[in-house]
Amino acid sequence: MRKQLSITRRKLVKSLAAASLVFSTGMMSVTSAYAAPGEIEKPELKFGFIKLTDMAPLAIAYEKFFFEDEGLYVTLEAQANWKVLLDGVIDGTLDGAHMLAGQPLGATIGFGTKADIITAFSMDLNGNGITVSNEIWDQMKPNVPMGEDGKPVHPISAEALKPVVESYKAEGKPFNMGMVFPVSTHNYELRYWLAAGGIHPGFYAPHKGDTSGQLQADALLSVTPPPQMPSTMEAGTIYGYCVGEPWNQQAVFKGIGVPVITDYEIWKNNPEKVFGVSKAWAEENPNTHIAVVKALIRAAHWLDENSNANRPEAVEILSQSRYVGADYEVIANSMTGTFEYEKGDKRAVPDFNVFFRYNATYPYYSDAVWYLTQMRRWGQIAEPKPDSWYMDIAKKVYRPDIYALAAKELIEEGKLPASAFPDFETETGFKPTQTEFIDGIAYDGTQPNAYLEQFPIGLKGEEIVE
Amino acid sequence: MKDKLIYFLELTGFTWFIPLIRLSAGESPKHQMQELGKMVGVPLFAIAVFLFLWHLGAAKVITSLGQVPGPTQVWEQVNVLVDEHYEARDREQAFYERQEQRNAAKLEKNPDAEVTIRPYTGKETFFDQILTSLFTVFIGFLIATLIAVPVGIVAGLSDTLYSALNPLIQVFKPVSPLAWLPIVTMVVSALYVTDNPMFEKSFITSALTVTLCSLWPTLINTAVGVSSIDKDLINVARVLRLNYFTTVWKVVIPASIPMIFTGLRISLGIGWMVLIAAEMLAQNPGLGKFVWDEFQNGSSSSLSRIMVAVLTIGIIGFILDRITLSFQKFFSYDKNAVIR
Repeated sequence: MRKQLSITRRKLVKSLAAASLVFSTGMMSVTSAYAAPGEIEKPELKFGFIKLTDMAPLAIAYEKFFFEDEGLYVTLEAQANWKVLLDGVIDGTLDGAHMLAGQPLGATIGFGTKADIITAFSMDLNGNGITVSNEIWDQMKPNVPMGEDGKPVHPISAEALKPVVESYKAEGKPFNMGMVFPVSTHNYELRYWLAAGGIHPGFYAPHKGDTSGQLQADALLSVTPPPQMPSTMEAGTIYGYCVGEPWNQQAVFKGIGVPVITDYEIWKNNPEKVFGVSKAWAEENPNTHIAVVKALIRAAHWLDENSNANRPEAVEILSQSRYVGADYEVIANSMTGTFEYEKGDKRAVPDFNVFFRYNATYPYYSDAVWYLTQMRRWGQIAEPKPDSWYMDIAKKVYRPDIYALAAKELIEEGKLPASAFPDFETETGFKPTQTEFIDGIAYDGTQPNAYLEQFPIGLKGEEIVE
Repeated sequence: MKDKLIYFLELTGFTWFIPLIRLSAGESPKHQMQELGKMVGVPLFAIAVFLFLWHLGAAKVITSLGQVPGPTQVWEQVNVLVDEHYEARDREQAFYERQEQRNAAKLEKNPDAEVTIRPYTGKETFFDQILTSLFTVFIGFLIATLIAVPVGIVAGLSDTLYSALNPLIQVFKPVSPLAWLPIVTMVVSALYVTDNPMFEKSFITSALTVTLCSLWPTLINTAVGVSSIDKDLINVARVLRLNYFTTVWKVVIPASIPMIFTGLRISLGIGWMVLIAAEMLAQNPGLGKFVWDEFQNGSSSSLSRIMVAVLTIGIIGFILDRITLSFQKFFSYDKNAVIR
């Protein structure tokens, strides 16, 4: 890496001397991208977010002045829903946003609005839960194995829900469930959980114009914005949902539902949100992008510092009406390491939200590939694709190279130690084979098609939805 | 002097002060006290009864967001909102102080360095949002008036034009703002593309939606008002061989002012209602967005805060109506007409 840098610098100095008169302005921006922190191209920025606890890195970077330290003047604006947020980034109203890990991928492959979105920062791991209404829980409970303490044994598999879904189907009633966006982590986690229990969550058929995702489904999944989930379930429109916090704990708090599983139990330490920017913006503002990532890394580190010692303060900030706005007690649960399932059944889940530990902020290619495999599994990617296609898309959208530049600047400035980051010399961007899934199926990011073959429910190989 | 004061009070709608003035001038005290009782006492009593019933009724209804807020909770939240406003101002000050410090440090190192002061990045407070809403509705209403009044006058004077426009007006009049909004959003996104926009897209979208919904009452009322002015007045203009513009300016408009202003009042009322809905969806940072954000927050104080917004919207609507009423009274030529 060092050798490469010095060759580039020599080359640049030579070309600068030769063409300085004519190309001075253009060359300047090129040199500053490879040298010490360059001039910020756009100090006044506007970022969008959705009211979920995992927008915390943005809030902390603002409130703790990490953005200002980098010379950035950021306005944070809550968005109405994920579609408005994505449109905002695409049309330039927002410079960047708190995004679902699947959104940059979905946009790049053209599922939904087509646009080139990239990400250089993963905002957090875990943080979601699946909640069902009280009536459904009462019907599920007899099917859930009980422990010696009289409490349900966790993780609860969707097999406990299967008889309920079958009975609804027999009566001719559609079994509706909610998730937040067609390419959201919640959609894929809910589908994964349902399929692992033998319930078919439905296929997409974009090549036939059907993007409802409900073909051949036992459970019908539809989109609801996160803050409206509890009220939609209360109204009876949906029987359960998969959403990020605080909307699962909100349901318990208000006595309208029971969270049955967290995504930590579906896939331990799964990637959740990313900080997405449009590719054009990143190319026009490389130094600004690096500065933003630096501030966010520091914010994520602060959130996990000293074994989550700063979390109560973070909850205080998030409960302000301009950020998440939910009550302190509701947000505090998951952020401080506990999770309430049934009312009164509080269990310790210290890694419910992970912001920095386990290299949570590094944008791994294997994470991108997992989302792509799930998009293929459920038909959002209508045709079979070779492994190389998955790799190409992942490398296009996830940018650990920008992350590395930001991390190195932080290490040089002494703000964070090198030990806090992966070894950039040896990191390939692919995590070793992961096995901690609820159904025990092993995931190797370098073999997406082989991975898909292992699932009983879902498209695989050359299959196309008819 | 007294009469001038009374005239001014009548004009501005503060009619309940009139008995007080007459009292201080010593005019028939018993009669004035009766007037005072009627004008002030009765409404105040009705408001008190309403607050009491609200207080009782609210305690009985328990929703998943807690008890429906009664007057006490709403008043609490008013205080909280005022406190939040001052807190935000403190934060703003601290923000600028930090910038000054940073700039000072920069200048110390390099006296020739360029320093700028960036505008505050924090979220607007409730009171800022009220101002934004007022500004948006004003712009929307202004555009609507500028379109509706001239078109209405011409349509009122010409029967052919009126029959041409009538079906269009009748079809577009009942359309809800929420139905216009997606179209307006798409059009604004496509057409309003500049590098340094003076106005936010959400502002333009909200203002245009207000225009689209509030121009119909003014248009219809102006057209009807103009077409129903005394034919003698038009004949006089013809006898005097006044040209079209003089006729309109000197004869038509003064004669139809009552109807035009009635239309304006209705339009402003509708515009203010439409604005709140438009802001909720277009996310213009005004009162509509405040209500939407509070609903999204779902905290235990959310309902109370939404109630505060509801009352604020109502009170502001009332004030806007009064202002238009005062203007109407001022411009009206028939001072004896009872205008409420």
